[in-house]
Amino acid sequence: MLKLTDINAFYADLQALWGISLEVDEGELVALVGPNGAGKTTTMRVITGLLKPASGSVEFLGKTINKFPAHKIVSYGISLVPEGGRVFTKMTVQENLEIGAFIPEARKEKNKTMKFVFDIFPRLAERKDQRAGTLSGGERQMLAIGRALMSKPGLLMLDEPSFGLAPIMVQNMFDMIGEINKQGVTILLVEQNVRVALDLATKAYVIENGQIVGQGNAESLLSFESIRDAYLGC
Amino acid sequence: MLQLVMQNLVFGILIGALYGLAAVGLSLVFGVTKFLNVSHGELIMLGGYACFWIFKLLGLDPYLSLPLTILFLSLLGLVIYKLLFVRMVKLTEEVKIKNTMLIGFGLSLLLQNLALRLWTADDRGITTDYSGMVFTVLGVRFPVIRIAGLVISLVALLALSLFLSRTYTGKAIRATVEDWESASLMGIDVQKVYLVSFVMGAALAGIAGALVSVSYSIEPSMGMGWTLKALIVMVLGGLGSFVGTFVGGIVLGVTESTATILISGTYREVIGLLLFLLVLIFRPQGLFGQKDR
Repeated sequence: MLKLTDINAFYADLQALWGISLEVDEGELVALVGPNGAGKTTTMRVITGLLKPASGSVEFLGKTINKFPAHKIVSYGISLVPEGGRVFTKMTVQENLEIGAFIPEARKEKNKTMKFVFDIFPRLAERKDQRAGTLSGGERQMLAIGRALMSKPGLLMLDEPSFGLAPIMVQNMFDMIGEINKQGVTILLVEQNVRVALDLATKAYVIENGQIVGQGNAESLLSFESIRDAYLGC
Repeated sequence: MLQLVMQNLVFGILIGALYGLAAVGLSLVFGVTKFLNVSHGELIMLGGYACFWIFKLLGLDPYLSLPLTILFLSLLGLVIYKLLFVRMVKLTEEVKIKNTMLIGFGLSLLLQNLALRLWTADDRGITTDYSGMVFTVLGVRFPVIRIAGLVISLVALLALSLFLSRTYTGKAIRATVEDWESASLMGIDVQKVYLVSFVMGAALAGIAGALVSVSYSIEPSMGMGWTLKALIVMVLGGLGSFVGTFVGGIVLGVTESTATILISGTYREVIGLLLFLLVLIFRPQGLFGQKDR
């Protein structure tokens, strides 16, 4: 479904990604794990078109999309929940969701999708007229995910969904993400919280210093000694 | 004495509404694009001339011709954006503000001199049959055309608020103001939002210009003064709330007119600038603005 081939990307003169290749198949829940500053977020920015790669290609459903601007890529069916959610704090919960369905294809089915989102996150339904700035951290994250679902994506990407959440909320959040995946949405998940991510994922990539250093299913990665040492501390 | 105070208060509010309208246009453009278009005053001037010539040549009533003036200024805004400002879109915020200010200054000189060349330096105004109509309440005079100016400013403000809160394009504008990157992830074409906001800013300048040409007078070099007022009001009201900006305009209008009776008319501009400095020092987020969290 999604295929990155040999992506090199820079921030000004600084190379952030060195020949990244990865694949996500339909229906999968893929985790991209690695330490801070490894290039996880940069990879997401390349896929969404916010950062143009210097070389390499991003293919989605057989189409090369890395030349398209970010606002076009959404309509091909890729939606990103950025780190920290970045909801529109001055707009109401409902307005945030409406904006999520901005692309014409999604706008037509806005009400139906909103009901779907409210079913997954009943909390959002209760607060729909509240300004997003008044929500708690967990609720904001739910709203960010709900907003991303409003565009009816084939591929949902989540950048550190556990960021800033209380430990008790983290498991809860990942349960909901698993639930969304079961509903047929393919998911690419970026996480620092390696154990929870690997528990959930069908496949994972390990990224370090802008390079993929390991890949496989969750169990095989857990048996990787370096990964256990580096991320799990056991 | 009380009557004099009341009269000045009324005149202050009436001119303040136009300051507010001028500032709302500038603030809309700045809020969305971070373009500091210092030629906004020249757009007001051109709106005034558009209205004046439509009246003079076609004999069309200045209020009825308002849609034409708006259309003309929107087109002008579109051309200016495409020719000059579109190149600034990709710059970082700080560089954007500096560069657009320079472009604005250049454009303002160009438009000013063009107007001078074409239409001479004469003061002009529109005089209709109803221009002199005044109604008096308790000895305080309310000129009809200036009341109309206040009403039209309020209607424009209301229309803008409804547009921003009810339509998809309006919501896209608000989303872009808050976080343009997040907005583009929603499928919003941020460059299109910039264009629409810039054109709307020009249209608002057109309305303000038309109202000035009916209630007061216009001349080619009036623009800089209006830009300055709009800037003062934008800072006074604080970014983010157009109602706050509009009220800021009225605050400036009333302050100026109060200064006129308390001190002297010569100092009205100085008082405005003093108010500007005081707000910058003691309440930099503006009278009605919220502090950034």
